[in-house]
Amino acid sequence: MEWEPVIGLEIHVQLLTNSKIFSGASIAYGAPPNTQACAVDLGLPGVLPVLNKEVVRMAVKFGLAIGAKVSTRSIFARKNYFYPDLPKGYQISQYELPIVEHGHLDIELEDGTVKRIGVTRAHLEEDAGKSLHEDFHGLTGIDLNRAGTPLLEVVSEPDLRSAKEAVAYMKKMHSLVQYLEICDGNMQEGSFRCDANVSIRPKGQKAFGTRAELKNINSFRFVERAINVEIERQIDILEGGGEVIQETRLYDPDKNETRSMRTKEEANDYRYFPDPDLLPVVIEEGFIEDVKKSLPELPDEKIHRFTQDYGLNAYDASVMVANRDMAEYFDAVAQATGEPKAAANWVMGDLTGALNKSGQEINDSPVTAAMLAGMINRIKDGTLTSKTAKIVFEAMWNGEGEADQIIEAKDLKPISDTGAIEKIIDDIIAANPEQVEQYRSGKEKVFGFFVGQVMKASKGKANPQQVNELLKRKLAG
Amino acid sequence: MALSKEDVVNIAHLARLAIDAKDIPEYEKNLSNILALVEQMSQVDTTQVEPMAHPLDAVQRLRPDEVTETDQREHFQSIAPATENGLYLVPKVIE
Amino acid sequence: MHNKTLAELSAALQQSEVSSEELTRHLLQRIQSLDGKLNALVTVTEEHALAQARQADALRQAGNAGPMTGLPLIHKDIFCTDGVKTSCGSKMLDNFIAPYDATIVAKCKAAGMVMLGKSNMDEFAMGSSNETSFYGPVHNPWDLDAVPGGSSGGSAAAVAARLSPVATGTDTGGSIRQPAALCGVTGLKPTYGRVSRYGMIAFASSLDQAGPMTRSAEDAAMMLNVMAGFDERDSTSVEKAVPDYTQTLNDSLKGLKIGLPKEYFGEGMDQAVIDVINTAIKQYQELGAEVIEISLPNFALAVPAYYVVAPAECSSNLSRFDGVRFGYRCENPKDLQDFYERSRGEGFGAEVKRRIMIGTYALSAGYYDAYYLKAQKLRRLISDDFHKAFEQVDVIMSATAPTVAFKLGEKTDDPVTMYLSDINTIAVNLAGLPGMSIPAGFVNGLPVGLQIIGNYFDEQRLLNVAHQYQQVTQWHQQSPQDFA
Repeated sequence: MEWEPVIGLEIHVQLLTNSKIFSGASIAYGAPPNTQACAVDLGLPGVLPVLNKEVVRMAVKFGLAIGAKVSTRSIFARKNYFYPDLPKGYQISQYELPIVEHGHLDIELEDGTVKRIGVTRAHLEEDAGKSLHEDFHGLTGIDLNRAGTPLLEVVSEPDLRSAKEAVAYMKKMHSLVQYLEICDGNMQEGSFRCDANVSIRPKGQKAFGTRAELKNINSFRFVERAINVEIERQIDILEGGGEVIQETRLYDPDKNETRSMRTKEEANDYRYFPDPDLLPVVIEEGFIEDVKKSLPELPDEKIHRFTQDYGLNAYDASVMVANRDMAEYFDAVAQATGEPKAAANWVMGDLTGALNKSGQEINDSPVTAAMLAGMINRIKDGTLTSKTAKIVFEAMWNGEGEADQIIEAKDLKPISDTGAIEKIIDDIIAANPEQVEQYRSGKEKVFGFFVGQVMKASKGKANPQQVNELLKRKLAG
Repeated sequence: MALSKEDVVNIAHLARLAIDAKDIPEYEKNLSNILALVEQMSQVDTTQVEPMAHPLDAVQRLRPDEVTETDQREHFQSIAPATENGLYLVPKVIE
Repeated sequence: MHNKTLAELSAALQQSEVSSEELTRHLLQRIQSLDGKLNALVTVTEEHALAQARQADALRQAGNAGPMTGLPLIHKDIFCTDGVKTSCGSKMLDNFIAPYDATIVAKCKAAGMVMLGKSNMDEFAMGSSNETSFYGPVHNPWDLDAVPGGSSGGSAAAVAARLSPVATGTDTGGSIRQPAALCGVTGLKPTYGRVSRYGMIAFASSLDQAGPMTRSAEDAAMMLNVMAGFDERDSTSVEKAVPDYTQTLNDSLKGLKIGLPKEYFGEGMDQAVIDVINTAIKQYQELGAEVIEISLPNFALAVPAYYVVAPAECSSNLSRFDGVRFGYRCENPKDLQDFYERSRGEGFGAEVKRRIMIGTYALSAGYYDAYYLKAQKLRRLISDDFHKAFEQVDVIMSATAPTVAFKLGEKTDDPVTMYLSDINTIAVNLAGLPGMSIPAGFVNGLPVGLQIIGNYFDEQRLLNVAHQYQQVTQWHQQSPQDFA
């Protein structure tokens, strides 16, 4: 039988605020345990939550960016369960009236087609703390620094049909939230986390199969592998005549398998009800309008502009746009030079190569967009050849200054003086009588040899066009 | 609705309350009586009524995104039952 | 000296008739000699009080004293007091030294008031007789075999017995007004949102409200001036200017419209209590008020709705008491499950456990609509009844409690009977309205309270209405024989 996977993702986006969702404690990563857990985060008796305005603004921004309905009235609810990293015994989340509903995200499939993935809802909630399982005399240690960190949980429709689609969706979402500057996207630090609901059904069948929820798949690679092994597991069960049970499963990357999390299954009657400590969140139209004005150019709009206005091909444009910083760098260079193709080649070629080698991000590049543009402009006006440009780029990378300074210091100005070039050509012709003979007897391939010799002797500074003309004349005798 | 012994045990477990077996009949009786009182609510038709979660018709105030809290770990952990290296200790959590 | 009201003591301090330290020592002395009979206090903060009193005296000498500087008070043990045990009447918090001050505690401190101690209360404010406290019941100063009412029973008894001119209380279903009535003192539950809930250990968040318990309406006005106001730490506190509540106490009651809801004068009410209330109403008519019979048709549903809403919220509010970060923790748990169940099972008393269980049940899958949602809808109907009533009248009056103080142990075996003793006060909390109880007479030597319910944020009028009555009656000045 042919099986069709049905996948939906729940992505937890940690919002890039200064303080927590309901308290004035810092959310900075990596602080010593419990030093950023204030009275509210600890759930001390008598404390109360007050909602962070920035969190609401970010959720609205996200909602607008995915073409969703932004609820002018949303409600915080309590999700009740006992767990040591959950200080109050309930998580403040949104249940019946989330802040964002009914959006979508378009993903590009391998065959070049575009698929629209529905986003059911995105709701605000607080993160829990962390349980540390290293040995404290057989006990577990609890760090509540993370408790109260603002999260936007983005729930997709079960529209994804393969692990590859799931990864494409996740990558697109990852890029989007960074574009919106609502998340730093740091997956190692848990700023962008993903759970996947996976089920399979016979191809052609309408009804969904029983799903398993996969946890702990916090890299693009793990998402793909975890979903694939889970699909295999479910196929094996169904083809063996068994039944998939609805449960939470943990992905183990070392063994590349998923296993049941029995502890999470037990008693999940969350008893949601509206949090009486918080009032309905009412968002005025004016607030939404202001956020709309603050929206940056979104990835899809950027891809469109890069292909239409800059003539980039769709692939190059999407690679460039996937990283907002790179796209902006490129955009700046293209605008400053009017040479988008050259800009794209340098950014995706030499610059990316150098960055990869040094392990740096584009924002830390020693060659700024202005510097690269300055260099491309010198190519454009004929000052630099492709060969001298590489020398200039390397020097800029090594901190030797801007293009013009380097051209000066390294004496890379082209030799435009015809007499000087003629002198070089004459010397080379005199030194290579054999090749001259070959050329004159019709072996035109040798011409390239002469060009190379001249360029070498001029240290790449001779204008290639001028060299061609002069060589042709002189060799003709 | 009268609660059974199993109901009492299940609710106590959901609420994480240890209850002595000898006290269960008492809970069964009292909780059932309370539910009988509460069920008088069903006398009124409320199909057209909007539920009221808050006494005042107010909206949530929003706080500026500022860090206002400082580290008070030592102060807060001075009242904690068990801590080590700044962590709160609990019986082993098994995942 | 202990028979003076807050207003009188304020004047005495201003005129240097007495120092705050002398006054504080006198009351600490009374507490020491008399509280053994009452059990009104869980903690006496003697050193703390004397230090605050000396500071207050120093402020006064430097010419920096305000009207409240140096005046003593007792806080209900539900308010977090920095560095002082805050037990909430529970074994769960018997070892809990609060690491911060509740907003109202900080406000009283800032006003220069002197905290004598923390008062006994029903465990987590769940009770109507102060018999659910881990520290044992409080005795009513008018009859030591009778209950003081609850949950602010310790505060009410302390004020009635002249251990302090004022105590703070909290009222979720009548917990200020009912004990005020049963102990013969003045109690005010402000409009929901008028007083900050920050640092007040939550029972039912959408119903809880703090207020003063005093010996006169004037004193309650002085206290409300200190306690009321917006708090940025409490999302449900209201950004609304606080008037000076003492300024309008003497306004005339001519033309005041008093609504008498017929449902509050019917079945289940002690006739002798009703007679006392009717006498009080006559007094108001003599003061120029007009009486109008009104109806609050959903009155009888307030208790059922309340016993869903309050337990539901409490079941969640009390989840944080798990023995991890503070409070009681069981010995030698065998695993995490056992740790939770025994820490909570051993730390909470029977009534608290009952309410947590009722609330858990009402919110659980399959029952939410029939219980919780239904109760929220009834809450709307009950609230609408009041809205309609206040289109016709300025205040509503009734007995605060259906009977005078009952005997200790009389209702402890039957929670439902106990719950029904709050029948007159509960609807006010569901609607979020302000309500008061003032002494209005006696039945068999025990005090009867008159309940005055006002419109939202109309505390000025409530205090005015209460004060005018106290200008022409002496009920509020009576003191129990053994504590005169």
